[in-house]
Amino acid sequence: MSRVFIALQDNENARFIVEAIGEDNPEAEVKHSPAMIRVEADDRLVIRRETVEEKLGRDWDTQELQVDMISIGGNVDEDDDSFTLYWNS
Amino acid sequence: MNAKTSKRLNMKERYRIMTRDLGWEPSYQRYEDIFPQEGFEGIKITDWDQWEDPFRLTMDNYWKFQAEKERKLYAIFDAVSQNNGQMKISDPRYLNAVKLFITAVTPLEYNAYKGYARVGRQFGGVGARIACQMQSIDELRHTQTQIHAMSHYNKYFGGMHDFPHMFDRVWYLSVPKSFFEDASTAGPFEFLTAISFSFEYVLTNLLFLPFMSGAAYNGDMNTVTFGFSAQSDEARHMTLGLEIIKFILEQHEDNVPIVQQWLDKWLWRGYRLLSIVGMMMDYMLPNKVMSWAEAWTMYYEEAGGALFKELERYGIRPPKYADQTVIGKDHVSHQAWFIFYQYGHATAFNTWVPTAQEMDWLSEKYPDTFDRLYRPRFELLAEKAARGERFYNDALPQLCQVCQIPLAITEPDDDTLLSHRDTVHDGERYHFCSDGCRDIFHHEPEKYVQAWLPVHQILQGNCGGADMEKVIGDYYRIEMGEDNLDFEGSAEQRRWAAWKQAV
Repeated sequence: MSRVFIALQDNENARFIVEAIGEDNPEAEVKHSPAMIRVEADDRLVIRRETVEEKLGRDWDTQELQVDMISIGGNVDEDDDSFTLYWNS
Repeated sequence: MNAKTSKRLNMKERYRIMTRDLGWEPSYQRYEDIFPQEGFEGIKITDWDQWEDPFRLTMDNYWKFQAEKERKLYAIFDAVSQNNGQMKISDPRYLNAVKLFITAVTPLEYNAYKGYARVGRQFGGVGARIACQMQSIDELRHTQTQIHAMSHYNKYFGGMHDFPHMFDRVWYLSVPKSFFEDASTAGPFEFLTAISFSFEYVLTNLLFLPFMSGAAYNGDMNTVTFGFSAQSDEARHMTLGLEIIKFILEQHEDNVPIVQQWLDKWLWRGYRLLSIVGMMMDYMLPNKVMSWAEAWTMYYEEAGGALFKELERYGIRPPKYADQTVIGKDHVSHQAWFIFYQYGHATAFNTWVPTAQEMDWLSEKYPDTFDRLYRPRFELLAEKAARGERFYNDALPQLCQVCQIPLAITEPDDDTLLSHRDTVHDGERYHFCSDGCRDIFHHEPEKYVQAWLPVHQILQGNCGGADMEKVIGDYYRIEMGEDNLDFEGSAEQRRWAAWKQAV
């Protein structure tokens, strides 16, 4: 088992994205540090477009994540509906 | 293609059309003549189509998102300059971290831009070429936004006025410069392993996240903003770095030992390079975020550990000497700051002895090493400075032939003994800071015998003259008493006090 993580700028978008992550990944752990929010989970973390759109109250393109993202740990799989971080090991 | 049409295609189709479909099969030139560097390192690629960018980013969306990042960034630069942002920093000592950044890191971004432009040309796969093209443009953007961010501080503070000139000449800047030039003069696959994987994936978090959180914590809005904007590109680069390694390893089993040797080399080189970040975190930030040892645990041991576990399936083991980096995390920042303190007349920033309160923080963060080894040293230096005998070392240090850091780092198994290795090649004796650097030399001695070592160059008379004042003032363009020396009594300290009084 390994930890995957995503770090986001602490801004208006991220607040809702983190809320969506929490809903879709109940095991995820959220850590705040100056100007930055880090979300970690064991082996896998999924960000779903539908959940983020519901939280933001507007359309959201998964590639928009690139504007707010600071760092990640894990393999990435991205398509129109979700952004997934995972380890195989 | 207009936005409506692209909306109807899904991400995967769009990626295929906008990358693979832009390539073609050569008909009247040989493949080897078009991509002459693809084969000479011994890396075997059997199918470039296996290359996939997991972000599936295409140039049209790339410009769209990058433009949005730039708009957000420059709005903040404007706000900072319009609101005297330079006065909001925690303490004028903080700005010395920014001076180190623009002289040591920003020129690396420019070298990265050139490096990706070069290697992108050398790959037969379209996906790889486009990923390198985007990264090259990203790195140029980082260079530009960093210069813009710091140009505001350059109006008020010293040490930032001549960074490209200094990067090419100043003794400690030869450490980052030689690191990157080592990568840039390697073949295209080693460059990607060095920069995309070892540096971007494994180590870049240790450079940017502590630096930027530190900037946020010390009231430096320009740096935190460019840093996070750059880092939003880095997240893409990191993913690319991991994909590259997996791609090379999956292509042919013969690639495994070649890649392993590169990982051993570049993790060690990166670790040595990041000594300056450790020192910045532990000594240069007035408001501290986390210690270097904590950062190394979180970003190398934990995040890197997960990564190397993932790569085990390809026959890759954790980098050689990784255990020495774990021992070194309790020492490196203290030893690095001591080097800069004693050569504080030859630095383009101020140095100082930590305050009593800062030393207590260091004792708490480094319970096994600080009180035993480093506190007594700094307390003695403080006493001497109080007597008007601030210590400057006029003897030139022995440098490591590979990493170019002075031989002032201790043995992994004896923290009271300086580590020193040597070897004879072609009748000449060469010196190293560690087994890691000596191994790197042994693998390619013809490369490292050519190293431009600042101390050797001074002694050979190639740096402006025979006395240190000429070297520092004329050759480095560090203005004596303005850019350098102790923070206590510095021009920077006097100006800051005057500005604060005027407010």
